[in-house]
Amino acid sequence: MDPVIVDARNLLCPMPVIRTQDAVQKLQPGDSVKVLCTDPGVLHDIPAWCRVHGHEVCAIDELTGEIRITVRVGPS
Amino acid sequence: MTNQPKAVALISGGLDSLLAARVVMEQGVHVEGINFYTGFCVEGHTHAIRKKDRQRPKRNNALWSAEQLGIKLHIVDIIDEYKDVVINPKHGYGSNLNPCLDCKIFMVNKAHEWMAENGFDFIITGEVVGQRPMSQRKDTMPVVARDSGAGDRLVRPLCARNLPATLPEREGWLDRDRLYGFNGRSRKPQMALAKQFGFEDYAQPAGGCCFLTDKQYSVKLADLWRTRGRREYDLDDIMLLKVGRHLRPGANFKLIVGREEGENRFLEGYRKRFINIIPTSHTGPLVLLDGEPGAADIELAARLTARFSQGRDAGCVTVAVNQPGGIAPTLLDVVPMPSEEIPMDWYV
Repeated sequence: MDPVIVDARNLLCPMPVIRTQDAVQKLQPGDSVKVLCTDPGVLHDIPAWCRVHGHEVCAIDELTGEIRITVRVGPS
Repeated sequence: MTNQPKAVALISGGLDSLLAARVVMEQGVHVEGINFYTGFCVEGHTHAIRKKDRQRPKRNNALWSAEQLGIKLHIVDIIDEYKDVVINPKHGYGSNLNPCLDCKIFMVNKAHEWMAENGFDFIITGEVVGQRPMSQRKDTMPVVARDSGAGDRLVRPLCARNLPATLPEREGWLDRDRLYGFNGRSRKPQMALAKQFGFEDYAQPAGGCCFLTDKQYSVKLADLWRTRGRREYDLDDIMLLKVGRHLRPGANFKLIVGREEGENRFLEGYRKRFINIIPTSHTGPLVLLDGEPGAADIELAARLTARFSQGRDAGCVTVAVNQPGGIAPTLLDVVPMPSEEIPMDWYV
């Protein structure tokens, strides 16, 4: 299954985390989410949120002006 | 109760809520955290907009607290619901536009709703009697418990021994003798308890976590309401008040001037929404025009933009004026406005 895309560009933390959280709530373990962001704070916050909730950061891609983080949903 | 009692802890990211949750966890209670995002939060990333603040630790302190505690954290967007708290606080404002008592009542009420929906038993806050001038006074803390609907399911572990026993204490879910009796404004007892628990590197106590307590921010918010003729805001409004130099030459428009590279980059995200001006002949600020400027206002704004650019002492600066909608920019050659000609009351 392709990752669900969450567009959190031009949002400051914690809004990207909230959007990721809300998307993950609707998914099953093993599904994935790709979060598009512009706030560099997500480089800390999304991994921290994943650690707290048992999800996995699969990839972090830093492009010009954009950061893309792929998260795999962990077991409930 | 045969099952493990469950508590939801309001986690602001500050030291007190971190300690309050830990104190309860030490007694075998299952704790999960809840954090409410109002839009007015002063968080590490707000500081990180400006280049000079890049060295500051950038983290969401509530998430950090949850990770230190090893608990889940539910972050809830309450931006829209919170507007009524800011615009019509029943208990009024503090020194600025901070509706602290209404805010605490509102958040505990939301936590109480979450508690009921998720089968939890009580609520924890890090409040301490006498610590804050509005919401954490001996006479207002009972108001929070009553008006939030939480009643005696609201526990303040750090000062519980100064307050009447709560339901969890009476039921034996919590041992009152293992709760604390902190009071007053000193943070020394909390810092000693943090050391005892092995917590280091926590957010500075009494560091000010809400922009509504900030005088300059409140002045800008009051200006926004006054010139719009109504008390309303959206998320973009309250974000933009946190950055830039704000000047209001007239009731019909305001300039938001990026003060450096980091703020310019942040303001870039708003270019499609506002008329904006940027120097092309010299390095300088991105300037957003909020309101309805006429042609003469735009010319004035162009001169102000030039004033804040590297061309401030040049005879002429070229700026590009961009309209929302992707129309090709208009180039203007302007004489930078001398600083002594900018009235002080234009600065918001």
